[in-house]
Amino acid sequence: MKYVIVGNSIASVGCIESIRKVDKEGSICVIGDEKYPCYARPLISYLLQSKTTVEKMVYRDKAFYESNAVTLLLGKRAKTIDRETKHLALDDGSTVAYDKLLIATGSYPFIPPMKNLESVKKCFTFMNLDDAKNLEKALAKESRVLIIGAGLIGLKCAEGIRDRVKSITVVDLASRILPSILDEAGSALVEKKLTDEGLTFILHDSVREFFNGDALLSSGAVVGYDILVLAVGVRPNISLVNEAGGEVNRAILIDEKCQTSIPDVYAAGDCCESIDYVTKERKVLAILPNAYMQGEVAGRNMAGDETFFDKAMAMNAIGFFGLHVITAGIYEGQEKLFTTETGYKRLFVQDGTLVGYILIGDTINRAGIYTSLIRNKTDLGTLDFDLISEEPLLMAFAKKERAHKLGDAQ
Amino acid sequence: MKRVYVNEQWCLGCHLCEYYCAYANSGQESMVKALKDKTIRARIKVEEKDGISFAVNCRHCTEPLCVKSCIAGALTQKDGLIVIDQDKCVGCFSCIMACPYGALMPNEEGVMQKCELCTTNSHMLPVCVSGCPNKAIVFEER
Ligand SMILES: Cc1cc2nc3c(=O)[nH]c(=O)nc-3n(C[C@H](O)[C@H](O)[C@H](O)COP(=O)(O)OP(=O)(O)OC[C@H]3O[C@@H](n4cnc5c(N)ncnc54)[C@H](O)[C@@H]3O)c2cc1C
Ligand code: SF4
Ligand code: SF4
Repeated sequence: MKYVIVGNSIASVGCIESIRKVDKEGSICVIGDEKYPCYARPLISYLLQSKTTVEKMVYRDKAFYESNAVTLLLGKRAKTIDRETKHLALDDGSTVAYDKLLIATGSYPFIPPMKNLESVKKCFTFMNLDDAKNLEKALAKESRVLIIGAGLIGLKCAEGIRDRVKSITVVDLASRILPSILDEAGSALVEKKLTDEGLTFILHDSVREFFNGDALLSSGAVVGYDILVLAVGVRPNISLVNEAGGEVNRAILIDEKCQTSIPDVYAAGDCCESIDYVTKERKVLAILPNAYMQGEVAGRNMAGDETFFDKAMAMNAIGFFGLHVITAGIYEGQEKLFTTETGYKRLFVQDGTLVGYILIGDTINRAGIYTSLIRNKTDLGTLDFDLISEEPLLMAFAKKERAHKLGDAQ
Repeated sequence: MKRVYVNEQWCLGCHLCEYYCAYANSGQESMVKALKDKTIRARIKVEEKDGISFAVNCRHCTEPLCVKSCIAGALTQKDGLIVIDQDKCVGCFSCIMACPYGALMPNEEGVMQKCELCTTNSHMLPVCVSGCPNKAIVFEER
């Protein structure tokens, strides 16, 4: 069996690890256009913050590719899929034959049209290790940095470079920060924290035009800058599947076995749209755990061991300067709110099950117990919900369930 | 694989397992030196309420959600054992978001720690188990 994987990142590693659990013999070839062995992409901001190093950022140990007998083709891009002859064409003119193919191409930064953007010399995106290295080269103590986008990537970038520059201004069209994962109170709390840490926010605004060293905003405000970081959003890399006639929407459509509509072609991770377990809606869930688990399920199925991934859901753990936030699921239904000294906890219940939560500050410990209630659609009638709402404890489960959790191999 | 299992009905709620754990992972030779005047941060935690108590530590899951969720690749599965490379951890709390048992917690520096069944300290066998006076936790194959 010839397994071929396009993209050498998290979903790809998940796929390799699961193929090898089932099939030790087949050949695995990975094509990745970045020149590095798989690294922990979310750590690029921690790298600039000196909380990790390029060596420590490798996602698996040095022997990983060798011990899994993987042929790595790095620095090459797959350009087209020939679904009839089951070949991939690469940008160096070569072709690679496959029996089972995984597309794990992730996403690319979306850059909205902004007048005179091309004239900005120190302009960066923040998606990969090279972006981080390039940005790092440009940083100087006296730099004024302008970041467009107050989402996860823009704000992690800001945290990463704060101590290395003079000032950071974040501009976003939305009226609050991190709107995709936080409620209004949470946005306000995190914004205050970041403001206290020295960031300046200009929300509900956008760049009308760039001048040499100044950005004119739609509101008429002018922001001086030396370095520009664009973190407006991302778009899934769908062209390989799209051009081969596979079904796509915003991202590549996959089923619960991570198959695309093209026979023997699978897809996983940030390039995919899958069914959200909680809402039952199709969604791009561009988070690392999802990428790993989809890659893993794709690998199992590619190797002939039928497996389903039907528990994709939104969940994020993110922190800024020591203020931690963990969220999961959806924020609908009846809610329970607990406020504490440094944050709060909101739990959302629908039809007798937990469907989402927001935890900020000192409410984050053992959060996975809540996540498991969502993932298992646990009937809240079977446990002491008052107790578990106060604090995530296994004590809240019925005795029999506790005996299973702590007495059986998991 | 041998794991630590709980016999809830035998637990006395004495918290000795927590003390033994903190000592075993302190790197100190004497228990007194390891624990005196310190707030302990054990990798096993006793839950107690209304006369019921039991100790919770990592289950060493066969499908470890913590490993699959770690954004740094700091958590890995080695022959069934779930271990953490604390050098790689950036303290993002993704593993805490994922673990269904609440079995990870940060150390003083904000780096995650978890039970590694005493395979990575100098003790080689779970010290919490040998320290439990009532066999409320056992180390065995199930
Ligand atoms: C700054 C930052 C912080 C983040 N923080 C978090 C976090 O805290 N928590 C979290 O859950 N997620 C986080 N994420 C998201 C997380 O990194 C992604 O969900 C995850 O990396 C997705 O993995 P993937 O394998 O699907 O794709 P990616 O990691 O995007 O990798 C895809 C790879 O495929 C390559 N590729 C694309 N097209 C081709 C082609 N045609 N030929 C060859 N190679 C190709 C790309 O260059 C890339 O290397 C963060 C992302 C960023 C950028
Ligand atoms: S830390 Fe939690 S999820 Fe990870 S192996 Fe242990 S019990 Fe399982
Ligand atoms: S806190 Fe550390 S071990 Fe846990 S997910 Fe983050 S990097 Fe991994």
